[in-house]
Amino acid sequence: MSGGAETAESFAFTADHLKTAKAVVARYPEGRQQSAVMPLLDLAQRQLGWTSPAVIEYVADFLGLPAIRVWEVASFYTMYYRERVGQYRLHVCTTTPCWLRGSDEVVRVCKEKTGLEFGETDEKGLFTLLEVECLGACVNAPILQVNDDYYEDLDAARTASLLDALAEGRPPAAGTLRERLNSAPEGGKTTLLEADARC
Amino acid sequence: MPKLTVDGIEVEVAPGSTVLQAIEAAGKEVPRFCYHERLSIAGNCRMCLVEIRPGPPKPAASCAMPAGDNMEVLTASPMTQKARKGVMEFLLINHPLDCPICDQGGECDLQDQALFYGADTSRFEENKRAVPDKDMGPLIKTTMTRCIHCTRCIRFAEEVAGVPTIGAIGRSEHLEITTLEHAVASELSGNVIDLCPVGALTSKPYAFNARPWELRKTEGIDVFDALGANIRIDSRGPEVLRILPRLNEEVNEEWLGDKSRFAHDGLRRQRLDRPYVRRKGRLHSASWGEAFAAIRSRLEGRSGLDIGAIVGDQADAEAMMALKDLMKALGAPNLDCRQDGTAAIPSQRASYLFNSTVQGIEEADVLLLIGSNPRWESPVLNARIRKRWLAGGMQIGMIGERHDLGYRYDHLGEGGQTLRGVAAGRNRFCAALKSASRPMLILGTGPLSRPDGAAVLAATQRIAELNGLIREDWNGFNVLNRAASRVGGLDLGFVPGEGGTDTAGMLSGAVDTLFLLGADEMDLSGLGDAFVIYQGHHGDAGAARADVILPGAAYTEKSGTWVNLEGRVQRSERATFPPGEAREDWAILRALSDVLEKPLAYDSLSALRARLGRTNPVFDTRDDVAPAQWHRTAPTGRIDDTPFASPISNYYMTDPISRASETMAVCTETFLAAEARNG
Repeated sequence: MSGGAETAESFAFTADHLKTAKAVVARYPEGRQQSAVMPLLDLAQRQLGWTSPAVIEYVADFLGLPAIRVWEVASFYTMYYRERVGQYRLHVCTTTPCWLRGSDEVVRVCKEKTGLEFGETDEKGLFTLLEVECLGACVNAPILQVNDDYYEDLDAARTASLLDALAEGRPPAAGTLRERLNSAPEGGKTTLLEADARC
Repeated sequence: MPKLTVDGIEVEVAPGSTVLQAIEAAGKEVPRFCYHERLSIAGNCRMCLVEIRPGPPKPAASCAMPAGDNMEVLTASPMTQKARKGVMEFLLINHPLDCPICDQGGECDLQDQALFYGADTSRFEENKRAVPDKDMGPLIKTTMTRCIHCTRCIRFAEEVAGVPTIGAIGRSEHLEITTLEHAVASELSGNVIDLCPVGALTSKPYAFNARPWELRKTEGIDVFDALGANIRIDSRGPEVLRILPRLNEEVNEEWLGDKSRFAHDGLRRQRLDRPYVRRKGRLHSASWGEAFAAIRSRLEGRSGLDIGAIVGDQADAEAMMALKDLMKALGAPNLDCRQDGTAAIPSQRASYLFNSTVQGIEEADVLLLIGSNPRWESPVLNARIRKRWLAGGMQIGMIGERHDLGYRYDHLGEGGQTLRGVAAGRNRFCAALKSASRPMLILGTGPLSRPDGAAVLAATQRIAELNGLIREDWNGFNVLNRAASRVGGLDLGFVPGEGGTDTAGMLSGAVDTLFLLGADEMDLSGLGDAFVIYQGHHGDAGAARADVILPGAAYTEKSGTWVNLEGRVQRSERATFPPGEAREDWAILRALSDVLEKPLAYDSLSALRARLGRTNPVFDTRDDVAPAQWHRTAPTGRIDDTPFASPISNYYMTDPISRASETMAVCTETFLAAEARNG
């Protein structure tokens, strides 16, 4: 059995989450409630911070599933954390497009500034460093996903200042860290200038 | 009916068949690991790839591909061969080369298929992965590095055994089969050892004991419950080293209960290997002559009415016949083959048989369980009920103790009161029985062995009659016997004769000389100072009370006939010899009859079997079931209100062999004692 077994704490949804969970389960047709296993695991992870064995048992009970079936799901998807994680989970994409655009630098800065290797969490519980496969935002590569937000167009300097800002508890606005809107050119449009006028 | 060609051979298969089935119908072989006839299709090992035309220019997994009209399947084409070689190379990437120390060696699918379909070398030069072993309990040994992730064990636990505790956690390179360190709490868990195509799951008690080519394989019949599962007894020299199921679609398919599979180590312990005679309160070892002389001096001049005989749950028909004939010669009418006092009408075969047959369960659509826990009384039969239930559309009702049986049932009540209600047509379940096309009921031996057993039997027979369970082509009345000897004993009339008394009478002092043939599961405290002759193979309760002990043979040590709960006559062959001075049971009785000067009229097993056939023609049949005639019944007596209790408190220890078995003791501790302690 892999990690996470060190806690025996119990888990239960808060009243709010219980309401949400019931609403999620109600989305599935009669007899197919077990399909709600993924959203419920996510909800529980948002409450506790990670998917502990107690979470898995609780969700299994909640859906009337054998515990092993929920373990299978929770251990298959990398987004369910099977160990305690920090306040900021740094998911660095190192797949080819990000790598071509300099993800090695992002990784280097992350490791230097946090002192962590992939898969580790610092003692203060601030950062967890994780290596992930393609995040699907190659157009603004390289990408660093922090919790639910994407920070895009990174280089060494931007990564360093992003990490400093996070450490100070003032995360910048998500999205590209270059002076541009989404994937548009810096300084505004350079083509299709008449398009707005026409429509 | 799709028609297709396999390597140029034209075959027609049933709609819904897979290409793999079509290939087998054509008599060709397809290598496979994950595919198994009795489990759902997974399609994840890829070993069964074949070339199919027309279609995309790549091989397809034949186990998961529906057979289509005009398909052309090529099982030996260069594409197929290359695909197999490639799959095998991938499977072997992480498989250790530890065949010399692997228990599966010599009977390993991976070994065989690598030889026939694999390449001779590997191009993989990196490190193989290593996987930590898992704890799956006292019966299943794991070496998870050898696992090729076919998921047969997962599917077996979920689908057949009904205990979804095995799973695959992690993904890709990190995938691991695990039970999360729980023992597999099923009475059928040993079957995953047979299912595992590699050496990942092997038998823990058999670990490092033998190689398959060293073993002598003998076809036998299981005696730990009344199902009569077909088994293969693997022995080396004087020892039974393992027991495996044999395929019999009508009885056990290819499954076997854990007790039947693993209790054989009890055959080596607590054995009676020489005769004993009690002198001055202590048992002393004796010669056969001394033991027989002690019996002779006891019986001399004694009236037959004071002599009784009870046979135990594992006796073979030959021994029972010989004992019955000997008792008749002695003028003793006190015979019983029912240690637990189960009510039955010996002259009406249908009153004690599983009339629907085991295979018939699959046709039934409504089932009423009365006072039975089939999961413990016959786990393989219970798996058949679960199989039928999983197929859908089966309604199950239950009267008696609640148990987790692996299927959902409607709990109608606890005992007598509910049964009376059903018999009087006042229960909601009667409508279901009446409207069913193939209704059946299963009556356990728990209620039948109560003082009001005869009334329970009569009421249940009435239920069968009044609700349409008895028809021209269908008999839905079933008794789930637990003792392997029971149906045979009733068939040859090992029951009280005229003026004779039954087990309860004999045990409460009606006789002063009692012959026990392997009978240990009784309360012997009421015998007073009666003289007890015990013939059997284990030093258990009966031997402890005995005045003379005659050492007999266990079921693996004799050629014997057993009649299973359906009335199927099956023969078991001898795998090993009885230890020491012990002898085959019928031969002991034959020799004793000479000493008593009442010689039995047969000198050979074949003559004795001819005698069996004359007693009841059913013994002239083999491996077959004939419907028994139904007799109308009238209710007798009153049924008590007390709840029906299960006759078994521990599945793993029900008889002298399993009580002597170390493996079964560990199972009891793991699965029952630990559970009881934890509440």
